[in-house]
Amino acid sequence: MTNSPLTPGVVAGRLSPQAIAANFHDHEPPLDRHEAHVAADRCYFCHDAPCMTACPTSIDIPLFIRQIATGTPEAAAKTIFSQNILGGMCARVCPTETLCEEACVRETAEGKPVEIGRLQRFATDTLMAKGVHPFSRAKATGKKVAVVGAGPAGLSAAHRLAMKGHDVVVFDARPKAGGLNEFGLAAYKTTNGFAQKEVDWLLKIGGIRIEPGKALGRDLSLADLQKQYDAVFLSIGLAGVNALRAPGEDKANVRPAVDFISELRQSGNLSSLPVGRDVVVIGGGMTAVDAAVQSKLLGAENVTIVYRRGQEKMAASGYEQEHATSAGVKIVTNAAPVAVHGNGAVQEIEFAYTEDTPQGLKQTGETFRLRADTVLKAIGQTLTGAPEGLAVEGGKIKVDATGRTSLAGVWAGGDCATGGEDLTVTAVAEGRDAAEDIHASLMA
Amino acid sequence: MANLTSNFIGIKSPNPFWLASAPPTDKKYNVERAYEAGWGGVVWKTLGSEGPPVVNVSGPRYGAIWGADRRLLGLNNIELITDRPLEVNLTEIKEVKRKWRDRALIISLMVPCDEDSWKDILHRIEDTEADGVELNFGCPHGMAERGMGSAVGQVPEYIEMVTRWVKKHSRMPCIVKLTPNITDVRKPAEAAKRGGADAVSLINTINSITSVNLDAFSPEPMIDGKGTHGGYCGPAVKPIAMNMVAEIARNPETRGLPISGIGGITTWRDAAEFMALGAGNVQVCTAAMTYGFKVVQEMISGLSEYLDDKGMALDDLVGKATPNVTDWQFLNLNYVTKAQISQDDCIKCGRCYAACEDTSHQAIAMSADRTFTVKDEECVACNLCVNVCPVENCITMVEKPKGWLDPRTDRKVGDYANWTTHPNNPSVQAAE
Repeated sequence: MTNSPLTPGVVAGRLSPQAIAANFHDHEPPLDRHEAHVAADRCYFCHDAPCMTACPTSIDIPLFIRQIATGTPEAAAKTIFSQNILGGMCARVCPTETLCEEACVRETAEGKPVEIGRLQRFATDTLMAKGVHPFSRAKATGKKVAVVGAGPAGLSAAHRLAMKGHDVVVFDARPKAGGLNEFGLAAYKTTNGFAQKEVDWLLKIGGIRIEPGKALGRDLSLADLQKQYDAVFLSIGLAGVNALRAPGEDKANVRPAVDFISELRQSGNLSSLPVGRDVVVIGGGMTAVDAAVQSKLLGAENVTIVYRRGQEKMAASGYEQEHATSAGVKIVTNAAPVAVHGNGAVQEIEFAYTEDTPQGLKQTGETFRLRADTVLKAIGQTLTGAPEGLAVEGGKIKVDATGRTSLAGVWAGGDCATGGEDLTVTAVAEGRDAAEDIHASLMA
Repeated sequence: MANLTSNFIGIKSPNPFWLASAPPTDKKYNVERAYEAGWGGVVWKTLGSEGPPVVNVSGPRYGAIWGADRRLLGLNNIELITDRPLEVNLTEIKEVKRKWRDRALIISLMVPCDEDSWKDILHRIEDTEADGVELNFGCPHGMAERGMGSAVGQVPEYIEMVTRWVKKHSRMPCIVKLTPNITDVRKPAEAAKRGGADAVSLINTINSITSVNLDAFSPEPMIDGKGTHGGYCGPAVKPIAMNMVAEIARNPETRGLPISGIGGITTWRDAAEFMALGAGNVQVCTAAMTYGFKVVQEMISGLSEYLDDKGMALDDLVGKATPNVTDWQFLNLNYVTKAQISQDDCIKCGRCYAACEDTSHQAIAMSADRTFTVKDEECVACNLCVNVCPVENCITMVEKPKGWLDPRTDRKVGDYANWTTHPNNPSVQAAE
């Protein structure tokens, strides 16, 4: 091995292939049958359970845990999938510590919630391992629906529509389906190609055709889709990335964190993936954590997350922050980037300390510099390529509670649409609910 | 540390915890290990007549039911009496008793129901120096099919007859072990007393099928595709056993007859409860079979602490609750309590609400923010909410003072009055 964490610049192979493989191993291994039974025993089967209310897809959590406890994980999986067809991915990537598990009464009682996420994974993995698909299609309706974007919202909508008997075509700008499940998210959360396996399993319902490499505005127009299909569901995500708006941002090796993550997820050989020695990630959300931790796992010597506000404002949960710091990532808060320095490529990034005041965030005037050969921007994504004529609100396609946009016959959901947090599970809920509304209006 | 020395019908032991006649007491090796662990006494696993020993199945002998986290709550068995040669047992009993003089050693016996068989076995055990005998009239499986065990225990006349033979042919203290597989446990206890028994011990195991194999469609434990009822024991049977102990303790015909309490005793608290109901000592099996002999150490320390806290001697505890076991008709119908939920302790699981709303008296209100409160005007104080609440002492029953107006009945809490004088009781004669 020629490179090490101390090798200057942006290089591949800082760690041995074995070390990298170990680092990117399933970071929360699945429960085995015994562990699942012990964990399931802890559920109190609450009345009108708070965990269920906290779940954006309203999975009947007490019921599925009871089904695990009584030795029927396949029935548990069906309970999960009937509300959330991507329950397998959500079991891996949901920030359960701020959703169901935060609401668990045993969190109140003992500070140790029932391990809902891991139990969900046990159930869904058990069923999916059998290679069976638990749902079948209703009688064909003869209706056709176009779904634009094969991420969680699009796949969820497509599945529900197919189940109702409609024929669905899902277009996606990328070369394969999955959206952020495939191109975003940390690799160690969804190992062994799970995202693609899940798509394949989901498509077993039938009646769904995936059309990859077709982007709205480039290869498709909304007007054409409206003409050719009985309904259109837009789940195009947030393709743009916010800028730092600091001088020097255009220097080499200053790039969006999502691009780094996508490259990593699609890399067949992580040992060939270049990573800096001194990586600075700007932002405070899950993307920042995913980018920072994976940089560290690839062998970067120094990885720092810098967030402009206080720690309590970080969108990444306490659990995620702890995961980052235990991986060796340093988190600096109350510091905003003011300049990127370097001769061609970034060498240093300069920050100003900030403080929250009643008048907003203010720079204190004191600055500091961090050595950086790589700067990853994770300060939020923006809506780009939204078709003309759609009402937009707060940078997102405006929708009502059932996903209807301002145009008749066009629905939207997922990160590109208003409402809810930008989470996989929220996208699944929005896709499902829009599909129900599309179905109702097509059959009316 | 309170003195736990026990004297049960003249049999002394350093504590009142004996191992019941069962697999833990079937040989010298086990019994010595039990004594080393601290058990006060053992009842040696039941001996039969001389001759070829009984044969056990070579498939599974035990079945079980479990609570959360696979905690064993009930165990059933289809094992028979000792399957070791009589001479081996007698030799070992003698060796053990000589070595462990301060511990109690009782021999459990089960032989055919004729006087010669009993005379013979009593003669054979004479020079073991054992402290007493326990007559196994309880075993509900296998041996009962051969006219022994519970087949005897279910017929009070047989109990009396055999007990009389035993007292006639032996000077050893005699304990009669009773089966619970009977309608009224007072009858066999009365028969034992008439026959001259020094004590009764109860309960033996309960007829049971613990599970059915849903692939093979056979009861479990399954022997080559078939199963038979076994004897049920463990924590699950404790309430049944305690009622039977109390029934004998408060029965005028058997009052004062010493009782060795058996049935699901797992902790010092279980033992104390049996003793408070009238048991002079207790016998344990399933707890040892589940956790090993060491469990006795918690029983010893726990009972000592309890007696110290109460300032009581062991003998003071025996029967202390017996006078408070009464008939329903004597319960105070003017005693009023209401459930109260501690909001500080509540974890908002809503189980009390589900239980009360779905299955009881619709006496718990649930607010939008999941605050649960008791509606006094609906609460009949049934205690179901207390029992389903996962947090101990979060819901409590609060006794209402005399004169308090119960909004459910619109009546004030009055003086003691029971069913025997209640106006709704058709048996009450109106005063002329």
